[in-house]
Amino acid sequence: MRKTVMAMALVVLVTVLSSPFSWSAETIRVGFDIPLTGDIPQVGESSKYAAEMFKEQINGAGGAKVGDKTYQLEFFYEDNESKAESATAAALKLITQDQVLAVIGPQASKQAVPAGEICNSFKTPMITPWSTNPQTTLDRPYVFRACFLDPFQGPVAANFVTQEFGAKKAAVLYDIASDYPKGLAEYFKEAFEKIHGPGSVVAFETFTTKDRDFSAQLTNIVKSGADVLFLPQYYDEVPLVVKQAQELGWKKPIMGSDSWGSAELMKLCGEACNGYFFSTHYAAAGAKGATKEFIDQYKSKYGYVPDDVAALTWDATRLLLEAIKNTNGLSGDIQKDRDAVKDQLGKIKDFDGITGKMTFTPEGDPIKCAVIVKISDKGEFEFFKSVCP
Amino acid sequence: MRRFVPHLLYALLCLLVVFAVQSDLLNAYLQLIIMFMGVNIILSSSLNLVNGYMGEFSVGHAGFMAVGAYITSVLNVWLFTSDRVFGPAVLPPASVIYLFPVTLLIGGIGAALVGLLVAVPSFKTRGDYLAIITLAVNYIVKSSIENIQGIGGARGFMGMRNVVDAMQDVADIPWIMLWVFAGTGFSVWIIYRFVNSTYGKGIVAIRDDEIAAEIMSVDTRRMKITAFMLSSGLAGVAGGLFAHILGYINPGTFTIMKSTEIMVMVYLGGMGSLSGSVLSAIGFTVILELFRPLQVAKWVVIPLLLILLMLFRPEGLLGNRELTDVFPRLRRILAPQRRQA
Amino acid sequence: MNLETLIQNFLNALQWGSFYALIALGYTLVYGVLLLINFAHGDIFMMGAYIGFFLATFLLGQYAFALPLAFPPQIIFVVTLLLTMVLTAFAGVTLERVAYRPLRRKGANRLYVVITALMCGLILENGNLALLGASRRNFPQLLSNTVYSIGEVTFSDVKILVILTTIGVFLLLEAIVRKTKLGMAMRAISYDRMAVPLMGIPVDTVIVFTFALGSSMAALAGVLFATAYPVLEPYMGALVGWKAFIAAVIGGIGEIRGAFAGGFLLGFVEIFVAAFFPSTLRDLIAFSILLVFLSIRPTGIFGVARATKI
Repeated sequence: MRKTVMAMALVVLVTVLSSPFSWSAETIRVGFDIPLTGDIPQVGESSKYAAEMFKEQINGAGGAKVGDKTYQLEFFYEDNESKAESATAAALKLITQDQVLAVIGPQASKQAVPAGEICNSFKTPMITPWSTNPQTTLDRPYVFRACFLDPFQGPVAANFVTQEFGAKKAAVLYDIASDYPKGLAEYFKEAFEKIHGPGSVVAFETFTTKDRDFSAQLTNIVKSGADVLFLPQYYDEVPLVVKQAQELGWKKPIMGSDSWGSAELMKLCGEACNGYFFSTHYAAAGAKGATKEFIDQYKSKYGYVPDDVAALTWDATRLLLEAIKNTNGLSGDIQKDRDAVKDQLGKIKDFDGITGKMTFTPEGDPIKCAVIVKISDKGEFEFFKSVCP
Repeated sequence: MRRFVPHLLYALLCLLVVFAVQSDLLNAYLQLIIMFMGVNIILSSSLNLVNGYMGEFSVGHAGFMAVGAYITSVLNVWLFTSDRVFGPAVLPPASVIYLFPVTLLIGGIGAALVGLLVAVPSFKTRGDYLAIITLAVNYIVKSSIENIQGIGGARGFMGMRNVVDAMQDVADIPWIMLWVFAGTGFSVWIIYRFVNSTYGKGIVAIRDDEIAAEIMSVDTRRMKITAFMLSSGLAGVAGGLFAHILGYINPGTFTIMKSTEIMVMVYLGGMGSLSGSVLSAIGFTVILELFRPLQVAKWVVIPLLLILLMLFRPEGLLGNRELTDVFPRLRRILAPQRRQA
Repeated sequence: MNLETLIQNFLNALQWGSFYALIALGYTLVYGVLLLINFAHGDIFMMGAYIGFFLATFLLGQYAFALPLAFPPQIIFVVTLLLTMVLTAFAGVTLERVAYRPLRRKGANRLYVVITALMCGLILENGNLALLGASRRNFPQLLSNTVYSIGEVTFSDVKILVILTTIGVFLLLEAIVRKTKLGMAMRAISYDRMAVPLMGIPVDTVIVFTFALGSSMAALAGVLFATAYPVLEPYMGALVGWKAFIAAVIGGIGEIRGAFAGGFLLGFVEIFVAAFFPSTLRDLIAFSILLVFLSIRPTGIFGVARATKI
């Protein structure tokens, strides 16, 4: 008994002493708050792979040159388990324990919104590559994002279904327990009803995360007489909804959003998803230039075509490095450097990302175009149309 | 005067930690761990009251935590900060430093009232049926919160950081750490007093043989109500503290998994042992953080260790003895007024 | 809401309730014999789904190597189903041997065994996550999944299969429990544990048989579930398991009829609440109804109140 108490005390002491207190002047430390386990592990994997590829590229060329010193990149990956409180704890650990210069991630809005609060109050710059909910950057000078927002994506989807399918009545099915689907569903409804009049969204059905059976909601949707179903859900839920909808007799179009864009979607969905559309950040097929280089490099290294999460993470990391370079020299005092990087991020204009050109608004959001993708009959993501603000 | 030695020792510990924080010896991450330890101590000792001392099977402790967390957070954000949803602060922000314990207690009282929901059915049912009821209450609480859009619903509630900032504006000391210490000390003290009183003997009697206790004129109904309400009330206080440590709460935190974690701490420490719950809460928090590098394997190793514990030492760390029973000499410091029974 | 929607939801509820019923069965059988709530049962269901997944992909030749003969998918389905039931039964029995029997021998308090069960469940879930990685698996489509419609009511052959299988299982189990010797032994143990070994009945064998039966039913539910909802993930058993446990208690734990009644009742409540009310209120209303029900009738629908001797 006494020995176990002593052993525990020793262990705590060792942990305390081994935590890095000094901020090394030879490496640039960046933290990644990503969902390696939990509901959407593919997103975490894509982020990590893209980041690793970037790090190898930079370090392999000798490191990053900032001012007149060259630094090696050091990346710290923390798993936020797709849970909000783990995301906040991970962010805290990265900021205070690992003393990172900036945080990239979290990806899903459900984790990005609370983690952004932490990063902002600890005055650490944060770039979320994939979170589209406006709350992530609202009133937070230290938080930026690398993608478009849902208030932009909602009308894009609404306009597209009106033009493409002639839809006059729409149905929406979304997860009420998650920021992203809820926010986007509401923006879509607002936009659609602005075009077609109030009440034109004839079915606005909800479910909770982890639900598997949607037969009751889908029955209502089929009965409602809607022309199109809008489904802003993640890649692990889409196959279930799509299959059940088809089983209940739904033969009309289904419109998705950027959360559909994962490499795993077709593996889980199979042929059932062919012929549907979704809005996203980039389309791999038909890419040119730097985008194509990235896709080829990623594919040869990891064996599959990168999804939008990977591309956006690549852009976010490059953005960060650009901002760091623009500071023209890091002082070694972590708080000063974090402030310097944040200032430089805000000043970035016309950054050439592989997902499009980016200029930041004062809120920390880039002005970017969206891409509509069609799932072809071969099950590939095909570029269909580009929509710019 | 000797009676107050343990209280003074505790205050000394608290001051030491605050001093360490002020001189930057402990970074924010370690502070977080210490605060989580405090919250876990409150949770495991309050659950021990019902599961250990009273021998019931309550599986929904996280529900009470959620009630307390939300009530305290909403009250604080509404009263002391200017928020997008609730508008400007109703009371001067500086007053939060002495009204914070009041809102914590209100959160605890709210949680205690929800505890009544569990206490009343417990008169008729025991064991596995009570487990269902507590499980159902946990789900109902979580579902209700998810449906109240005004406080964020399923997407969570933020704004507690502004409350903490309001406190920091008055004096730059680690306020939340202080409140956690205060809350933990208060909870442990109250449970200690409860367990050593007639009520404590009553609930142990209920555990051993409820019918015999009734015959022996133990008012089982009153005992059960008091124990359940105290247990859930303290869980509510822990929830309020937890909300302000993290700065963000959402209903997804307070699910069966959380209840299971709290139960694990109770069983690890030994049912019916207050010091056991305290020790196991501290140890469990440390283990959770230590095993973080293992990532996924963490949640394979921890249950495995617990199963081994169940096989070789099923009564937990301390069984139903207290620390002072194991180390009798500690009795002179920790429990000087108790004589050898 | 018109008649057809009602019938449609009725069918949906029958299917959804079937899964709860099959899993609740495992809980009830084990509880009746051991007075133990096997919280790892939901994860045995998950294991059944995964074992079925690996078997199916192997037999389809997608896994490691192509088989010399190509079987028609329906045969593969039946073979997968039966083999999965057998393998999962082994898994359940192993669990009993490794985790529960040592505690039983020591005469440990029931609560400790329950905690061990919870931990075993966690190990199964996270072990799956650790071993197989976090990406979701897609259960291959083995049945034709044709959609029929009568009027405005649509249903698929999978739905009908699930419902008919559950009814078949119910009749089979009733027959086992009432007509066979092992069934009689199971009922005897749930009446009086101490007297049974005195009558020359090997208690351990009966317990092993019970676990095997319960686990194979969970495996059946797992494969059917994977066929109807083909996305597999390591935590799929957790939520369904807890709800099935509630269903078992509502129906009266220890009674087979209770498991089925409770399972279907829970399925109906969930589907109809989601159909009439906004879906967010579903869990809230469903659990409130259950709470009220338990307050009125604490032993469940078919439960027998146990008298305790003072």
